Amino acid sequence: MENKVIICKGLTKRFGDFIAVDNITFEVQKGEIFGFLGANGAGKTTAMRMLCGLSKPTSGEANIAGFDVYKETEKIKKNIGYMSQKFSLYDDLTVLENINFFAGIYGLSDAEIKSNSQSLIESLGMQDLADKRVGSLPLGWKQKLAFSTAIIHKPEIVFLDEPTGGVDPLTRRQFWDLIYEASGNGITIFVTTHYMDEAEYCDRVSIMVDGRVEALESPSNLKKQFNVGSMDEVFYHLAREAKRGE
Amino acid sequence: MKQFFTFINKEFLHVLRDRKTLLILFGMPVVQILIFGFALTNEVKNSKIVVVDYAKDVASKEIINKIEASRYFEIDHILSGTNELETAFKTGKIKMAVVFPENFNSNLLHQNKAQIQIIADASDPNQATTLTNYASSIIADYQSQMNQLNLAPYRIQPQIKMLYNPQLKGAPNFVPGVMALILMLICVMMTAISIVKEKEMGTMEILLVSPFKSILVILSKAVPYLILSTINVASILLLSFFVLELPIKGNLFLLFSESILFIITCLTLGIFISVKTDSMQTAMLLSLMGMLLPTLLFSGFMFPVENMPIPLQIFSNIVPAKWYYIIVKRIMIEGLGFAAVWKETLILIGTTIFLLFISLKSFKIRMS
Amino acid sequence: MESVIVKNITKVYGKEKKIAVDHVSFSVSKGELFGLIGPDGAGKTSIFRILTTVLLPDGGEASIDGLDVVKNYKEIRSTIGYMPGKFSLYQDLTIEENLNFFATLFGTTIQENYDLIKDIYIQIEPFKDRRAGKLSGGMKQKLALCCALIHKPNVLFLDEPTTGVDPVSRKEFWEMLKRLKQQNITIIVSTPYMDEANLCDRIALIQGGKILQMDTPQNIIKSYPDSLFAVKANNMHKLLPFLTEYPERKGSYAFGEYAHFSFNGNPDVSALEKYLKEKGLENIEIKNAEVTIEDSFIKLLS
Repeated sequence: MENKVIICKGLTKRFGDFIAVDNITFEVQKGEIFGFLGANGAGKTTAMRMLCGLSKPTSGEANIAGFDVYKETEKIKKNIGYMSQKFSLYDDLTVLENINFFAGIYGLSDAEIKSNSQSLIESLGMQDLADKRVGSLPLGWKQKLAFSTAIIHKPEIVFLDEPTGGVDPLTRRQFWDLIYEASGNGITIFVTTHYMDEAEYCDRVSIMVDGRVEALESPSNLKKQFNVGSMDEVFYHLAREAKRGE
Repeated sequence: MKQFFTFINKEFLHVLRDRKTLLILFGMPVVQILIFGFALTNEVKNSKIVVVDYAKDVASKEIINKIEASRYFEIDHILSGTNELETAFKTGKIKMAVVFPENFNSNLLHQNKAQIQIIADASDPNQATTLTNYASSIIADYQSQMNQLNLAPYRIQPQIKMLYNPQLKGAPNFVPGVMALILMLICVMMTAISIVKEKEMGTMEILLVSPFKSILVILSKAVPYLILSTINVASILLLSFFVLELPIKGNLFLLFSESILFIITCLTLGIFISVKTDSMQTAMLLSLMGMLLPTLLFSGFMFPVENMPIPLQIFSNIVPAKWYYIIVKRIMIEGLGFAAVWKETLILIGTTIFLLFISLKSFKIRMS
Repeated sequence: MESVIVKNITKVYGKEKKIAVDHVSFSVSKGELFGLIGPDGAGKTSIFRILTTVLLPDGGEASIDGLDVVKNYKEIRSTIGYMPGKFSLYQDLTIEENLNFFATLFGTTIQENYDLIKDIYIQIEPFKDRRAGKLSGGMKQKLALCCALIHKPNVLFLDEPTTGVDPVSRKEFWEMLKRLKQQNITIIVSTPYMDEANLCDRIALIQGGKILQMDTPQNIIKSYPDSLFAVKANNMHKLLPFLTEYPERKGSYAFGEYAHFSFNGNPDVSALEKYLKEKGLENIEIKNAEVTIEDSFIKLLS
């Protein structure tokens, strides 16, 4: 029990007649890098919202970092971090202002904010950039900073929404180095994406099709199971029969 | 040419499919006319009042007759004592009460001094003030009559000054104002936004790459709004004629031609804004703050320009709505012909040509 | 026959003189499928805009079918098809209305060039009365392609057509491009996804406004100088730093569930395995890795 940070049993969300998330069940271990895949409209976003405590499930159970998604949403929010490709940092604030702001939101004390932001800037090697506006940084730096900011309050789980789209392969490696490091420190990484490149890096992936989890395995086992060379092809096999569009 | 019509057709589809915009487009004139026509008017007609006459003498009778005769008041009934007043007010029908004390006339004649009590329902303070002002002026009127007869030389005359026009009639002033306001809002803001929207959506890039003349892109955007605005002018005039009973004294054709000229001025202004901005937000703010506010402040519709400091008076000259407001007032209310508005018309034409020229100059066939 | 010729084009933005395109030269033959592969901010969109005549270059010259992109922009505009990265169609118009609009805009009709878009259009035709805003990502993309093709362009420019599209739609999209190629249309496509490079005839790897390498995908992979190994162990986040510390290392980085590794000098796999074992890793697997465009790109960047 203490090693499972996400426990999800028969989780379902309906909007009227439409079943956005249909009876999904899975567990995620502490420190695991878990890929949550699916095409647009497969129900990924809805499922993730329920796990973050932003949306109330219609039925089923889910326990996030030891807290119940029905009753303890505030506690869940304190114990998770979130980073999305679309929004993560304020472009018109400096690096340091952004870090302090997000640390402040999560209720860190002034002393903690000071020491955490110092060590974060040092570990990223951004000492010279601390007073630069985030908008002027290259995309790769922004992503690394966004990720580090998302885990500044040392959450149990960090949710990443298509984190590495559009960066060059070298920068992406540096980003994944950060993710591996966080996972090594016991932070669970929950990645939603529809880029199979990112999926290959995960310990285990689940693939959602039309609201249901159709596969739940490690990338290498999935590739063996479907007898194909890449996750892209695995996904293609599963998702081409999808009925739903966006 | 076929491309041009296809484009206009597409613009119409955009407008017609956006229910909310459509509602604003056609609902706004109606709502504004009705709000300005009824809710915001300062005029008070046939307000019901009661009279308590303890005096029952010549002077009180005369004043009551005068009140009765005025179109502002309608005497609901005459009470015998003040103890009934409260119930009368509580029904809500009665807006004011006039109480004559005993020996009103004799006091007036012998002591040169008499009192009348005016009680108004102050739950609507504006209305109460207006009503008591009317009543006081009627009483003052009676006093000055007495003075002329020279029966008693030491009367006290209440000083009542009317800050607005003595008739307090609203409609003639605000209908031209609302017309200027609505045309400004629709033509400037909607055109600017619809062009900038194409930039934001990325469709402008495709349009630029197509062989369709880029300048036609912009002109064809203006056509639907020209038509819709003309319909709006017609509906405002119909509303003001039938609902507010405001006759159009001058030539209707002239009024329409001038309105279309003003619409075109506004459209070029909208085009100018859209050429200069890249986001819908900026276009919207610029149209609202840069165009709508000056129209409200400087057209002379809400605040008389003559009372403003000289720099602001000079500034008001560059607000196109000011000239249009003058034109509409002259044609519609004063019934004057083209001879009375040719100067203002020329100014509008000049502004339009100037705006069109600089918009075309700064319109880019490429991106930067 | 060369369809697109680009010579030394340069583009500089703003007061800070930020160089977006830095002396880029390439040429694309008639009927070729050419890919510009690089991350966001590499200069792909600027190159596309210069070639589609909506942006003026600050230096160099380019021509399309012999027409200069600056002087002959009017002629070019009626002979090319362009799908910008941001392009999102008119959300409040239906599929058919959108297509009709773009056909008329280019002075043609849907019927006239129907055979060109037929393959793609029949997939979305059942929904032709649906507004574009209500379509799925894949369907929007098909419609956008139809709109860009409706006037039978000689050259088709597709700026990041597969960004934000799920793998199934991406695959279908590339299959459509292959079929278009058979119609002898020159296609220039840009993408940040390295795995799409293999689907092009020829590619240019681009970063920081410069072309790093340009060739067929096969040749680029062939020219990879080192022998590459894939390494796996029970603990990825420990494996990576250990590989970095290995004395005989030339390069190492995460690559999916493996780490890619190259040796300085002669590869000694058993020595590496021994080293990793000493570090306490288990289930060690070391094998020859197939070089991909992504490996080539990383090599060029480091």
